[in-house]
Amino acid sequence: MTAEVTAPRLSPRQLARRRRVASWKRGWTRFHAHRSGMVGLAVLVVFIAIALAAPLLADSSGLDVTQADGPILHAPTAGYPLGTDENGRSVLTLLIWGSRISLLVGLMATLISMVIGTLIGLVSGFFPGWVGRIFFRLTEWFLVIPYLPLAIALATVLGRSLVNIIIVIGVTSWPGTALLIRSQTLSIRERAYVERAEAIGAGRWHQMGRHVLPNVMPMIFANTTLTVAGAILAETTLSFLGLGDPTRTSWGTMLDSAFEVGAITTGCWWYIVPPGVCVVLVVLAFTLIGNALEEVLNPRLRGR
Amino acid sequence: MSTATLLAIRDLHVSYATGEGPLPAVRGVDLTVERGQIVGVAGESGCGKSTLASTVLRLQPPSATVSGEVLFDGHDVMTMRWGELRAVRWAGASIVFQGALHSLNPVHRIGAQIAEPLLVHDPSLGRRSIDERIEALLDQVGLDPARARSYPHQLSGGQKQRVMIAMALACDPELVVADEPTTALDVMVQAQVLGVLSGLVRERGVGMMMISHDLSVLAELCDRITVMYAGRVVEEGPAGKVFSAPIHPYSGALSAAFPRVGDPAARFSPAGLPGDPPDPRNLSAGCSFAPRCPRAAEICLRAEPVLTTHLDDRMAACVRIGQPDPLREPTEVAG
Amino acid sequence: MSLVAEPGLVADREQADAQPRRRGYASYVGLKVLGALGSLFFMLIVNFFLFRVLPGDPAKTLGRGRLVSQEQIDAFNKTYGLNQSMPQQFVTFLKNIVHGDLGISLQYRTPVSQLIMDRLWPTILLVGTSTILATVIGVYLGIKGAWNRGGMFDKISTGTSLTLYSMPEWWLGLLLIAGLGVGFWFVPGIFPTGGLNSPDVDPNSLHGVLDTMWHLVLPVTTLTLAYLAEYSLIMRSSLLDELGEDYLQTARAKGLRDVRVRNHHAVRNALLPTTTLIALNIGFVVSGAITVETVFSIPGLGLLSTDAIDVPDFWVLQGTFLVASAGVILANLVANLIYGWLDPRVRT
Repeated sequence: MTAEVTAPRLSPRQLARRRRVASWKRGWTRFHAHRSGMVGLAVLVVFIAIALAAPLLADSSGLDVTQADGPILHAPTAGYPLGTDENGRSVLTLLIWGSRISLLVGLMATLISMVIGTLIGLVSGFFPGWVGRIFFRLTEWFLVIPYLPLAIALATVLGRSLVNIIIVIGVTSWPGTALLIRSQTLSIRERAYVERAEAIGAGRWHQMGRHVLPNVMPMIFANTTLTVAGAILAETTLSFLGLGDPTRTSWGTMLDSAFEVGAITTGCWWYIVPPGVCVVLVVLAFTLIGNALEEVLNPRLRGR
Repeated sequence: MSTATLLAIRDLHVSYATGEGPLPAVRGVDLTVERGQIVGVAGESGCGKSTLASTVLRLQPPSATVSGEVLFDGHDVMTMRWGELRAVRWAGASIVFQGALHSLNPVHRIGAQIAEPLLVHDPSLGRRSIDERIEALLDQVGLDPARARSYPHQLSGGQKQRVMIAMALACDPELVVADEPTTALDVMVQAQVLGVLSGLVRERGVGMMMISHDLSVLAELCDRITVMYAGRVVEEGPAGKVFSAPIHPYSGALSAAFPRVGDPAARFSPAGLPGDPPDPRNLSAGCSFAPRCPRAAEICLRAEPVLTTHLDDRMAACVRIGQPDPLREPTEVAG
Repeated sequence: MSLVAEPGLVADREQADAQPRRRGYASYVGLKVLGALGSLFFMLIVNFFLFRVLPGDPAKTLGRGRLVSQEQIDAFNKTYGLNQSMPQQFVTFLKNIVHGDLGISLQYRTPVSQLIMDRLWPTILLVGTSTILATVIGVYLGIKGAWNRGGMFDKISTGTSLTLYSMPEWWLGLLLIAGLGVGFWFVPGIFPTGGLNSPDVDPNSLHGVLDTMWHLVLPVTTLTLAYLAEYSLIMRSSLLDELGEDYLQTARAKGLRDVRVRNHHAVRNALLPTTTLIALNIGFVVSGAITVETVFSIPGLGLLSTDAIDVPDFWVLQGTFLVASAGVILANLVANLIYGWLDPRVRT
């Protein structure tokens, strides 16, 4: 089908922009068709709304241990819809405010992980010769180190704070992303238009920025969603093991407290079940979105 | 020896179910192959030839809708019971697939892959007789029998294609369907592969259906040629005639696309046909070739032409045959 | 009788003998072992940096609260080379590791290597059983789901796997303890809530062995469910990738039964990316072991690590980190060797 040129003529940049917008629209339509992806998106929106609206939903004074006046580890009542913790605080309040930390840590850690991973992935895929190889080896070696022992070690050494836990998770989860970006970069580099760019004298960084990066972006996007899922699980686990910030409440710290005070053996289900369910829902939501994005962006996977 | 026609395809329609609606790939095709005969099927990509080939052994995807008959030795493949069909597959008819690069399983040895249908169709065969058979088959296609221990990635394209042919012969089929057996091969290897295939027919009396977009290859090898366009047959007749004196404008274009050595005129005539094959989902009411046809007229847009017999033993689906060309002198191509 | 008129028309590359194949795998193994050693070395560097450079003075912390003479401090420093320059410390560190000296635990005042040896078996028992069960069940579920994709089995299986995969495995353990260990509502708490053995039972007797198995039911169930979710998803996606391949059409055309096409052809090829992906995620096995041991109080390496967090007992952490990493490197090596055996293309 030959494109017909009618007045007014669009500049190449405008044409490219139009095509990009059209492909975004197509992508959205395809994503829309994925029921699981849409469900995930809906759940995520709900949780983000809860996290953002936390001050409106539950007064922050509910987090203050010194102001807690509820019964200790009491089952749900009218005044405390999800019961109380070992300090007499409302579990529901803790849950709502905890969503903020869990989501925040997840997102921030992912940001760090994606930046490191993408940079290393791009460099190891794009630069031939020993530069690329060194970075690839680095990624491989780092990949072999099991994440939880490393995270425990780092967290113990750095100390417990919000920032530290974000750093720990970010620094331990980049290799997976780096590998993925690297293989994408390699296949794009093979493509003809990159060769042409080089033939007309475009520098390496220019090629990377202008040609490789925009084509790797969709993959990065899908991978980010899945990385967030992992980061949230990581934060929950680290907090459960006692490595989280003791001054903040997250779903992980709630479960840690529950475990410590023996809520398991005394049957305080309202303390154990809700935080875990929230984690499962949020992680599942990100996973479903990530899977749907992968299918949309990778035509080979369609029809699964 | 049965007297029924080896392969008789009658009014075959195959339609794929896609997300954007049904896609008709084959729209009413008749085809016959007799024992010891080579029938060629020519056409561009997307004209339905590979779909046609897959129906011979009922290999079309489960989502495809099929109507019509595919009679192998008098029995309809489409309605056969599963057990019967499995017996026909490979032992009655076999297929040499297009693109042998990926038609072989990369993790099994060549010998094991050739032996596999032998074991399935005749479980009583001993190890020794199977090995002997594999050796004989590889020898027949000009490969060193030691190759049986190689893996597919250790072979060149031409060697892999010859393995596919050897494999297709393993159970002594009566019909071999060769789907683009020489595409992606260089000319020397192509000549060798064609030699193998023609030898097959001459010496074993095997019937063959050969599919290619290269009309010159078909003209050399086949007894009869069927030309397909957009899922239908547009011309059918003896191979030499279809190639050198085609009736249908499309056959003419296909034939002209392959310049003959020694013909000075061929060097200067435009070889290609402008445009692309039509989208099967958006077929117009009239002749599907009309948009690209150099001889199209107003009458062509009214209805899809029917396959009719023209000269003795030749058929074509075109309403403009024999009609004067209003704009220019009829060339020697139009009968 | 050749059907080819002139066999010599196209020169054949004659590679008649099968010997190269065996040499190929041997060199592949050699390459992978070298790679594993390289990873090991890199890990030791990271280990050293993490535990020696970052924390404070071990001699002081160890000696805290006890009367320690200067000579004892000096001797300690000498053994662990704490007064040397950094590169020399690293060499001493390596020497000590080769001799099996991983330092002294702060909490228990015993050599770390001793602690590790004591705790190794429960971990192997727990992780080994769970991994084997999870692999067998998970791979089977993945195959069935992919081959009949979109069907009811596939939908339920994939949905369950995704949910389990999104769950912290230790939370599942907590739920199992609360449900089947303590009991709630009408569900009786028949399983032990933790530990590996009942206190008054000799672990080496037959009764003891059965008792241990009974204690392991809940933790093994937890880990198996966590692992199999991941394995079935991996197997399923790998098999789905194979479904469109041309050689499957060849297989069907040969008249093979559907099950044979699936197992002998599709699954056999799908095992390749599956092995790679499982190897990539072995870290997950390790972290699962750590958290589940903690929750169920199984006296293995995982519990040792988490107990060391609060102190913080750096040298225990260093030791478990070392062992865990070495285990992962070894597992990766094994996975690589299996891959090389499965895929002839990487050998030649």
